[in-house]
Amino acid sequence: MKLLTGNDLATGDVIWWTGEGWSRHIGDAVDAGDEGEEILAREEAARRVNASYIIDATQTEDGPLPAHIKDRIRASGPTVRTDLAINTAIPIVKA
Amino acid sequence: MYQYDSYDQAMVDARVEEFRDQARRRLAGEMTEDQFKPLRLMNGLYLQLHAYMLRIAVPYGTLSPRQLRKLAHIARTYDKGYGHFTTRTNIQFNWIKLEDAADILAELATVEMHAIQTSGNCIRNISSDQYAGVAADEITDPRPWAELLRQWSSFHPEFTYLPRKFKICVIASPNDRAAMRTHDIGLELVERDGRVGARVYAGGGLGRTPMVSPLIRDFVEEEELVSYLEACLRVYNRYGRRDNKFKARIKILVHELGVEEYRRQVEEEFLHMRTLGIQPPTEELDRIRAFFAPPVYETGLSEEVDRSDPDFALWLDRNVVAHKQPGYAIANISLKPVGGIPGDATADQIDLVADLGERYSLDQVRVTHAQNLVLPFVRKADLYALWQELDAAGLGTANIDMASDIIACPGLDYCSLANARSIPVAQKIAQRFASKEAEIGELKIKISGCINACGHHHAGHIGILGVDRKGTENYQLSLGGSGAEDCSVGTITGPGFTEDGVVDAIERATNLYLTQREEGERFLDTYRRIGMAPFKEAIYG
Repeated sequence: MKLLTGNDLATGDVIWWTGEGWSRHIGDAVDAGDEGEEILAREEAARRVNASYIIDATQTEDGPLPAHIKDRIRASGPTVRTDLAINTAIPIVKA
Repeated sequence: MYQYDSYDQAMVDARVEEFRDQARRRLAGEMTEDQFKPLRLMNGLYLQLHAYMLRIAVPYGTLSPRQLRKLAHIARTYDKGYGHFTTRTNIQFNWIKLEDAADILAELATVEMHAIQTSGNCIRNISSDQYAGVAADEITDPRPWAELLRQWSSFHPEFTYLPRKFKICVIASPNDRAAMRTHDIGLELVERDGRVGARVYAGGGLGRTPMVSPLIRDFVEEEELVSYLEACLRVYNRYGRRDNKFKARIKILVHELGVEEYRRQVEEEFLHMRTLGIQPPTEELDRIRAFFAPPVYETGLSEEVDRSDPDFALWLDRNVVAHKQPGYAIANISLKPVGGIPGDATADQIDLVADLGERYSLDQVRVTHAQNLVLPFVRKADLYALWQELDAAGLGTANIDMASDIIACPGLDYCSLANARSIPVAQKIAQRFASKEAEIGELKIKISGCINACGHHHAGHIGILGVDRKGTENYQLSLGGSGAEDCSVGTITGPGFTEDGVVDAIERATNLYLTQREEGERFLDTYRRIGMAPFKEAIYG
């Protein structure tokens, strides 16, 4: 699946495309299919997202899991400050 | 310490308002990110993995209690209650909002701080010896020179768009505590015929192509230093490789031209610069020097320190070093609690250090390139009381230059450039070695999460580089590096390791050292004497 992610322009928060808007939680993310580029162009222009890009992910029982470790950490928060994490359930290192 | 004059203050205040307008325009959609990005970077505002990150300059690592309190306030008000001290002796806040950034810069300006030139291809924050002004082995205080260069390099119109970033370090001691020869230009102040001048090194650096800087000129007179540096920078600015980012640092130019040719071109340019009269008047250095005049020391102080508390005695041995003034000591505050995050300090800890700086250290605190703090003016009679307060706040770790005093970049936990995490590896190493470090002795371990080498891994007695191997974190090990006066670049041992595997490999290397060392040898000394082969055999079996 293809997920869309970026940062909130004003706050810098990591955000994920939900199909209707943006969420801080990757669990709300949806597969953008082939429409990613088009959606990001529109959302960047409207300043609803900044530094956006498309990532590969897989759908798991616990929700979407990014393919790359960098995006898993973005979805989770710093692994060394779990008190600041968004989602500690995301496996950072693949089994 | 130096205090802004009206020109300094006006310059910083003007930049705050300029940035406020730029941020407003970006938020209002009047600028694209492509247009805004270079402007925010000029003000130290990066976009990192989780949020914007603000990198604030700490010129030559010197902070006042007032400045520390402001940093603690920023951590509490605008961030998540902590900051991270870096290997450039700066401080970074990891959770900044763009909508707050101009307000933060305005707050910083009230305490003579800013984030200008903490990014971009310009001359960055000037670094120096954290013991400047108090070290028993220095020939003069290097900070007035560092301040002069700060003023010279701030908004320097010719050097705002260099081929690549440019880092300068000034020390004044034969013992290098600031990794001087890993800088683009390193200055070692030396004395000749009763006059102080600078020995100039150029073309050092870590990163993708690590190099120890060669000597370019043995002595530059004080009154000609700025002209000489102008010449060094001008040759680099003219011929540095702008066609390839990875070959754009001055170290590549010096290497490709050869030291002799680079030196010849600099000398030619220097002759020209001499005719231009750009050297600041010596009165300016004298004016700056007055801000760094030694304090009025108390005399007749006791040299005795009660060592009956064993934990305190250990801290004394590891964290306290000789001061040039009888009755005083230099106290290092480790920001490396075992299992903690190297270089991080909470707002409460920063406030406490401000208080301690006022009460015990004549209003001065320093930041080290090893991501620790220093109280440079502590009366020996106050050391026990100081340690008790530090210890109660989690700042009493006794490990300076030991295995658990690890330099680590933020790595993939925070940094958008990183390929692997650094901090968890540092934590595991510290936990593994904390109980053995008394036996091991001095061992400088340095970890970077990518080839940019912010964690100085090339200069570690043991260096670790995190790489991405097919989507998995992998760690290369190197041995034999040093950022000190015996500066050297480490050698890679061989194939890399997993996160746990690299900790085991280090243990095998240190076990070999313990069996092979001769009287008085550090890990680095033994490695240099016996070479890589036995270590490789021990590590890979």
